[in-house]
Amino acid sequence: MMDVFMSALLVFPDPPPPLLAQTLDLAGFQWKAVANAAVAMAQIPEQGWAGAVVCADEDPEGAFGVCRVLRKGDAPVDGVLLLVSGAQLGELEHREDLFDDFCLSPFHPKELEARLQHLQWRAGRGAAGAEIAAYSGLEINVETYQAAVDGRPLDLTYMEYELLKFFVTNPGKVFTREQLLSRVWGYEYYGGARTVDVHVRRLRAKLGEEHANLIQTVRSVGYRFGQTRWGSGG
Amino acid sequence: MDRHADHVEYVLRTVEERGVRFVRLWFTDVVGAMKSFSITPAELENALEEGMSFDGSAIEGYTRVQEADMLAVPDPNTFELLPWRGDDAPVARMFCDVHHFDGTAFDGDPRNVLKRNLAAARERGYRFFVAPEMEYFYFRSEREAEPLDNAGFFDLTTQDMATELRKQTILTLEAMGIPVEYSFHENGPSQHEIDLRYTDALSMADNVMTFRLVVKEVARANGVHATFMPKPISGAFGSGMHSHLSLFEGEANAFHDPGDEFGLSKTGKAFIAGLLRHAREITAVTNQWVNSYKRLVAGYEAPVYVCWARNNRSALVRVPLPKRGNTDAARVEYRAPDPACNPYLAFSLMLAAGLRGIDEGYELPPEATNNIFEMTSAQRAEAGIATLPTSLDEAIEVMAESSLVRDALGEHVFEYFLRNKRREWDDYRIQVTPWELSRFLGSL
Repeated sequence: MMDVFMSALLVFPDPPPPLLAQTLDLAGFQWKAVANAAVAMAQIPEQGWAGAVVCADEDPEGAFGVCRVLRKGDAPVDGVLLLVSGAQLGELEHREDLFDDFCLSPFHPKELEARLQHLQWRAGRGAAGAEIAAYSGLEINVETYQAAVDGRPLDLTYMEYELLKFFVTNPGKVFTREQLLSRVWGYEYYGGARTVDVHVRRLRAKLGEEHANLIQTVRSVGYRFGQTRWGSGG
Repeated sequence: MDRHADHVEYVLRTVEERGVRFVRLWFTDVVGAMKSFSITPAELENALEEGMSFDGSAIEGYTRVQEADMLAVPDPNTFELLPWRGDDAPVARMFCDVHHFDGTAFDGDPRNVLKRNLAAARERGYRFFVAPEMEYFYFRSEREAEPLDNAGFFDLTTQDMATELRKQTILTLEAMGIPVEYSFHENGPSQHEIDLRYTDALSMADNVMTFRLVVKEVARANGVHATFMPKPISGAFGSGMHSHLSLFEGEANAFHDPGDEFGLSKTGKAFIAGLLRHAREITAVTNQWVNSYKRLVAGYEAPVYVCWARNNRSALVRVPLPKRGNTDAARVEYRAPDPACNPYLAFSLMLAAGLRGIDEGYELPPEATNNIFEMTSAQRAEAGIATLPTSLDEAIEVMAESSLVRDALGEHVFEYFLRNKRREWDDYRIQVTPWELSRFLGSL
């Protein structure tokens, strides 16, 4: 499982609704659930919370309490997404400062993901904004283009680097070869989907036996980097 | 920012971050020897933008003295650190394209020859993939063919001291982004095989050049000698470079047809027919040394006759049975080449021969089912089975008449290659060999 996080999203309550947990996992977000405002304060990660998803439909008082502590202190958390039921919309009045966006509950997973992605982008934590992306002993510094595995430098060609960066910043998600071609190679690349296979093999070879299985082949679909807690169904 | 600029930026940045001291610029002469010169990081940006000038008159098959200055233009996508140089003062390499000063590609550059042939395939909608099986020997020194062990095929014994060498070799290859499919001890004493995973033909030709260097570097670091000489020991197996070839059309394997008896499409059959019909013409390049023809003899699983089969390992072209459902794996295995060839030129000609078959709609001859080695030459002639050239001399003269080879190599390389190889044959022809001395000195 993921052991080194870029930086986690805070999620309230603990445990979160199963659909929310699954949506976050499948979208590749790293997150940590908190039970109340005190826990949220006590467990701030070293790099700070990357954002938050706060469910207000079950326990509105607790939810707004968490939002409040996130806004306080030296480093207020950017990118707070509030989940509210339709009946609660009126309660948002005068509380606009406590969240950055909201989403109606029950939510559509794609909408939740899109809103979160957008908040992350606005907060400068999107793939392009992160300076260091890390996953399970693997580290990528997007400022210096350098990659390392267990602290040992990993020498990559440019396209290998771009592919690995894409994987590390999108862990747990399954991508088809065509998606990888368009998102990593990013243009009408002549090589076709086989180019992806070739580069995945090269990356696995360079990662070495111990880490080669970080990039998993998902039969007749494509590839996934790292694990999801939802098995291979992701 | 375009992709080339991204690549250049990436290379410059990596050189800085990793403290690279020297960057070696690699290119290949006409007979497939690696050429290299080093530049410092200070020269790198300029080299990537404009190329580095060098004197081409020193390179086999490049140029006449009056037009000696050429440009080596590094391909930034081939930037790799050399793992055996260590982390203290890292050294990197890039493969180069060779240009004239006016920026046009130089016809004598084998990498350019392959690029031209790949462009011809691309015009027809094809991409060409190659996976070679590289065979070679370890000897105690380069002065004498003394094996390290006497183990046989697939043996894993304490005698097999070369296993450690092979392991180091594979780790080095993989660190350089050259994935290995299989490796094992081959038939001959101290003979080894490392099979590389398929990739596009240009990358694979670069990989073969890197492979030969890595194998030799690792051997040398361990005080032994590695050789790709096609037949170093008479009476033992020679070293081949069986090449698995496939064409892709869009995302589909162009050789595959699940409804066919052999799993082969019309395109696949015509490609094989092209390989077979032009096999004799391309042999001078796939087997380019006097010694290459000592390997192409009966009895050691090397091809001798021009035929194809599914499961006959002495056939020139083998059609491996693809695993069920794995349509991408459909391919043909061309078994003539040896690992001392120039991979850029050899891949160019295998492709050109196959494409000619597709263009002209050649018919695939029947599969060779009988053991063709047991047929008399009259039976073979009747069955329309030709014989590969039996000497460099014969191969050169067949090639000299080939318009296919002339077109695929281009005038410059074609003419130079013939001149160079005729000279090699003349040198060899006038030698009095140990065999003759032992056979004739006493008795005649």
